[in-house]
Amino acid sequence: MSTKQSPMGTPMSDRIFNLVVYVFVIGVMIVTLYPFLNVLALSFNDSIDSVRGGITIYPREFTLRNYDLIFSFPSLLTGFKISVLRTVIGTIVGLISASMLAYALSRPDFQGRRFVSVYLALTMYVSGGLIPFYFLIKDLHMMNTFAVYIIPGLVSAFNVFIIRSFMDTIPYALQESAKLDGANDFTIYWRIILPMSKPALATIALFLAVGQWNSWFDTYLYNGSNESLTTLQFELMKVLQSTTSGNNADIHNPNLTQVMSTVSPESVKMAITIVVTLPILLVYPFLQRYFVKGMTLGAVKG
Amino acid sequence: MKAVTIDGQPQVRRDKGTFWRTFLRNKYLYAMSLPFVLWVFVFSYYPLWGWTMAFQKYKPALSFGEQQWVGVDHFKTLFQDDTFYQVLRNTLAMSFIGIIAGFLVPIVFAIMLNEIRSMAFKRVAQTVSYLPHFVSWVVVAGLVTKMLSTDNGAVNDFLMWLGIMNEPIQFMAKGELFWGIVTLSDVWKETGWNTIIYLAAIAGIGPELYEAAKVDGASRLRQIWHITLPGIRTTIVILLIMSIGHLIQIGFEKQFLLGNNLVRDYSQVLDLYSLEYGLQMSRYSFGTAINIFNSVVSIILLFAANGLFKRITKESIM
Repeated sequence: MSTKQSPMGTPMSDRIFNLVVYVFVIGVMIVTLYPFLNVLALSFNDSIDSVRGGITIYPREFTLRNYDLIFSFPSLLTGFKISVLRTVIGTIVGLISASMLAYALSRPDFQGRRFVSVYLALTMYVSGGLIPFYFLIKDLHMMNTFAVYIIPGLVSAFNVFIIRSFMDTIPYALQESAKLDGANDFTIYWRIILPMSKPALATIALFLAVGQWNSWFDTYLYNGSNESLTTLQFELMKVLQSTTSGNNADIHNPNLTQVMSTVSPESVKMAITIVVTLPILLVYPFLQRYFVKGMTLGAVKG
Repeated sequence: MKAVTIDGQPQVRRDKGTFWRTFLRNKYLYAMSLPFVLWVFVFSYYPLWGWTMAFQKYKPALSFGEQQWVGVDHFKTLFQDDTFYQVLRNTLAMSFIGIIAGFLVPIVFAIMLNEIRSMAFKRVAQTVSYLPHFVSWVVVAGLVTKMLSTDNGAVNDFLMWLGIMNEPIQFMAKGELFWGIVTLSDVWKETGWNTIIYLAAIAGIGPELYEAAKVDGASRLRQIWHITLPGIRTTIVILLIMSIGHLIQIGFEKQFLLGNNLVRDYSQVLDLYSLEYGLQMSRYSFGTAINIFNSVVSIILLFAANGLFKRITKESIM
């Protein structure tokens, strides 16, 4: 099937075109990666040496002192623990909730499905806003609790619809034959549909985990003054904002900044940034083919 | 929808009976969905009741019956407040610039990625480009601040190395640069992620079109112009219309984390305005009025977007 190339090879214009494409894409990759590599290098560099400047993507005076230091702050250790806990619990609970609801909505013989779909879809557009929601959390006595990280964000319409779109593609005949064998709807969901929905579940698990790991505003709003419940992102936010000029965030006066006067706060910031970013870096490339598929499916279905 | 009976019983006997029978037959489905229906009511619909606060002189210590009603006073105050118009300007400006940049850059990048012939390189480029999407705004704001900093910030260093200027610029302290910084941060974070949808659309274009164009001697640039771009036009239009619905809901994380007191005339957006006036200054009713304004405008925009969408595609997005 091979068509013979002309002896001249590819035309000149095509070669220039290829060059432009590669330069552009490589440029984007550099711009994307450089900030991370720079921060990584600074986090492993001696903090006094860093002040001299000129660190690019490798450390000049290698040290682990910055990491030693941040792991000795009790507030960061607590933050790490809470962040891991909310990520694990939030992902598992959120995944079960979204998939159960999605399964009920994927059943053509479920009478409520049309109503529940619209009822759920509306929540993507209508919201009471910040202040009514704040008072709801207060009235439910969820201020200063761990539950505020899990319960209010339990079901997201977007996630439910992505899972349902996937479940819709599973042949219904499979469920009917299971029914004839006497399986109830919950068994069908748990034993047949869930295992077959792994690609969609992997996508949503990633979204939920990243969302939990990255959120800081709920901590700021509801648990900011409770040192035993603050998360890693929130601690990082405090450290970052405390040295910005005229900050608007420093409402809880971190004692972290005082301890940091011994080592340059800059290096500590860099080390925390790496600790916060690393877990995500280690996970997302392995789920790439799932979330690419999940996003495409979600976009097609609405 | 005809219910399918599989237990061999007669399908219809009495109307009342069938309802309960189907209800009982679907009891697991109800058990699996009703708790969440209730949950959605509490966390998504019940807060709308809180809108009554905007028409009261709300005091948290009093019960609902004891609140003093003030009509639309808070809305009058809101519409007479100069800060409100400044905040609205900021919100709309960042939203518009964000939509334009957030459309153009990913489309260009998706087309470039599609032109790469080496599959391995393309895959690596994609994986790298998705990375910032998964990183929190807290981290991104930290990175942006670091890159733009006056001492050893990469951007200032680079510009001075090029000889464009002799003095570092205090990027984060200049209000007139703030919209640009927010937009570029957003582009940096989301471009890779947003290409997913365009790459999927491009993959759906029939290869025979490109083959035919090649036979006709069309250059790669002409192929992009005459085949790739028309092929993803529908996707672009749909996404553009859908973004109209979210015009005013631009979030506040980036503005909160990148902003500071020096640039607040440009960084304050509606949500931050309600956070500051409503919660930090305890003017709950006034803050709720801001929330209502925000929600009502976004609902109107959603209907407008849906109407436009129906006209173009004869389908509804709602």
